[in-house]
Amino acid sequence: MLTLEKRPQPSKFWTYMTPLVAVIVTMIAGGMLFAALGKNPFTAIGTIFWEPLFGEFSFYYRPQLLVKGGPLILIAIGLSLGFRAGIWNIGAEGQYIIGAICGAAVGLAFYPAESWIIFPLMVIAGALGGLLWAMIPALLKVRFGTNEILVSLMLVYVAEQLLASMSLGLLKNPEGFGFPGSRNFQQYASGHNAELITGSGMHWGVVAAFIAVIFAYILLNRHILGFHIRLTGQAPRAARFAGVNPKLLVVFCLGASGALAGLAGLFEVSGPSGQISIDFNSGYGFTAIIVAFLGRLHPVGILLAGLLMALTYIGGEIAQSNLGLPAAAIQVFQGMLLFFLLAIDMLTNYRIKLTNRRVA
Amino acid sequence: MTETLLTISGLTKAYPGVVANDNVSFEIGEGEVHALLGENGAGKSTLVKMIYGLVKPDSGSMTFQGKPFAPPEPRIARALGVAMVFQHFSLFDALNVAENISLGMEDPPSQRDLAARIREVSETYGLPLDPFRTVGDLSAGERQRVEIIRCLLQDPRLLIMDEPTSVLTPQEVEILFQTLRKLTAEGVAILYISHKLEEIRTLCDHATILRLGKNVGTCIPRETSARDMAEQMVGSAFEAPARPDRNLGAVALDVSGLSVTSPGTFGTSLRNIHFTVQQGEILGIGGVAGNGQDELLAALSGELTTDANAIKLHGSPVGSFGPTARRDLGLLTAPEERLGHAAAPDMSLTENAMLTAASREKLMNKGMLNWAKARIFANRIIEEFDVRTPGPENAARALSGGNLQKFVIGREVLQRPEVLVVNQPTWGVDAAAAASIRQALLDLAAGGAAIICISQDLDELMEISDRFCALNEGRLSDIRPALGLSVDEIGLMMGGAHGMEVSHADA
Repeated sequence: MLTLEKRPQPSKFWTYMTPLVAVIVTMIAGGMLFAALGKNPFTAIGTIFWEPLFGEFSFYYRPQLLVKGGPLILIAIGLSLGFRAGIWNIGAEGQYIIGAICGAAVGLAFYPAESWIIFPLMVIAGALGGLLWAMIPALLKVRFGTNEILVSLMLVYVAEQLLASMSLGLLKNPEGFGFPGSRNFQQYASGHNAELITGSGMHWGVVAAFIAVIFAYILLNRHILGFHIRLTGQAPRAARFAGVNPKLLVVFCLGASGALAGLAGLFEVSGPSGQISIDFNSGYGFTAIIVAFLGRLHPVGILLAGLLMALTYIGGEIAQSNLGLPAAAIQVFQGMLLFFLLAIDMLTNYRIKLTNRRVA
Repeated sequence: MTETLLTISGLTKAYPGVVANDNVSFEIGEGEVHALLGENGAGKSTLVKMIYGLVKPDSGSMTFQGKPFAPPEPRIARALGVAMVFQHFSLFDALNVAENISLGMEDPPSQRDLAARIREVSETYGLPLDPFRTVGDLSAGERQRVEIIRCLLQDPRLLIMDEPTSVLTPQEVEILFQTLRKLTAEGVAILYISHKLEEIRTLCDHATILRLGKNVGTCIPRETSARDMAEQMVGSAFEAPARPDRNLGAVALDVSGLSVTSPGTFGTSLRNIHFTVQQGEILGIGGVAGNGQDELLAALSGELTTDANAIKLHGSPVGSFGPTARRDLGLLTAPEERLGHAAAPDMSLTENAMLTAASREKLMNKGMLNWAKARIFANRIIEEFDVRTPGPENAARALSGGNLQKFVIGREVLQRPEVLVVNQPTWGVDAAAAASIRQALLDLAAGGAAIICISQDLDELMEISDRFCALNEGRLSDIRPALGLSVDEIGLMMGGAHGMEVSHADA
């Protein structure tokens, strides 16, 4: 009979191994899924993981890895701070949208003036927008004890309505022949988050993501605030005893994750996406939750997980067009990754033991 | 002696990494009170769980009333006449006494019949209890009666009691003992687990002493000194704490009119507490658990803030400060719950050293943590307080209770506190470690620190404190010099029999 036995301390080995094992198990289970859909599982898995990196058109897909991975990493880093402390911001998607709207609004307000100051102002507005949107669940939780999971999640749908309203109303391109959507930042130099090196996919958002990784690493490992965040997540009573103010921590964690999500939104709207439109958001805020956990809530882990997740996005798109796999199958595949990760995660704290079945 | 009721021979039970019971044998006669002695982790619980059918032995055998006895589950053990009162009660607060008792029965009679039987049993054995009272309103002593009556309704031949007196005042203990004597007079055997040696000397006929799972000796408690028994439990002689001379200095901590509403639903709010502690003095605060101890510690540590003037440290108000500010001023605390409150279970000892010492031991500079210094500090605690662990990178939860307690106390003592507040400093700690912790507190006081020791172990409080008082339902009793206090006086300070009238007058 299989039994689980708690380890005296968390296993270092499995802490690092679980994401790898989860990826492998996902490949196997995903392969079975694709086979059941009548596709060759090896071709399908190969298309998703191999094609974007080393395939015939990899010169096009490789930069996409950074373009897609950047916002995922940036958002996931912010989320990981709260997740470490047991503060669950599920509404990064909403903060991402509001960040984009605020940043874009500031940029469009200056149109057509050209100045170097415009883009930095947009960045600040984007971060502030996300931060303020996250302050709604934060303050409600601190003041009234509401559940931040529900409030932040519900605010995503409010943000989506605002986005639709903005692209149809206030921010609509006056020269857009009545089509919904704002002016395109790709045609407005001062507000354009352009590629820093042509053909690399590197834009300011990716730079911000890397900086966030470094800052989060220092914060969590070398700073008292990071220590208090980890402490609160692991032993809330001990954290109170150590002198942590739990309310301030809620405000900080939600604020930080909101600001980073807002930044990601701004970099996206002013760069790869180019404009505020009804379907501007593409689920980065939700996928970032998977990225955060896949990366073990560790900054470097998140960096790798973000790139891996971007890979499955891009590979998934290729598989859709080349093999005719339905989009839902790709989403199931991505969901499996989180599922297996959480399941295998148990091995960090428990070991499996084979025992003789007890004779009843 | 009368007939043998239970014979245990060669019981062995091993868990991964530890042999809980190694070839344990002893006998219990009818009408005998048999004590099972041993430190925490000596294997007492495993042994009684095997008798009660909760755990299956790996080898060895038992006979009960002359027949082979191997209960596969507690239900069978109960049917054969083995009953057990657990240390932690399994009662539902919202139900009344009769409902709680009927929940544990195989086929409960009607509430009215059951109530009548409860009344009958409770009168016979001097355990007054109203079957229709809600359990939530009962004191700890009365809840224990519910558990005992639940057992007595099964007409047991053997009653196992696990640390029954840890939640009772001295008066309540006396009531319990009279009941137990009445039971033994009827031929019921009692297996009594405790580490309170004086109690065992008054109550028990025989004692079996366990150490590291092995039966290391038997004795007749009435003829053996408490010290001899303690040394058999520990396996070596140990030093009783020496009490160095101390000079009392100025008032270090002044608490006046401290009232705190408990944050928890089932907590006890503190009501108008006054006391002062001088430099070099140890103030002992006794009381039955759940009378406001946790709240008092939280109010002193800064986890609960109060009116600024309610707590004054060296004359300046600190009541509104949080834990970090109080630590910087020299008011340090060590809570009762080691895992999860005093220490983070999954964090390393180095990280746990950082937990309270970051600011006071200068382990950080402008918020940036110096882990190398924290490791040195953790190593110092491990060395000076003899914490048995492979090293400071081990997780707190990997340490035994006693070792972690030494670490927690050491962490605060080594930060040179001006005032140190400890709650249950030796709870669940073996005798040798307890002695060394008490010695550390005495030495600290000799060095001029003021110490407040909250504890439910009266022997401990009498051993180290200069003055004594007790918490009772969130109120503090008068403060009296500890020297010369009688057990009766202490009991009354703790709230007497907590509203339980003694009904043994006709016994």
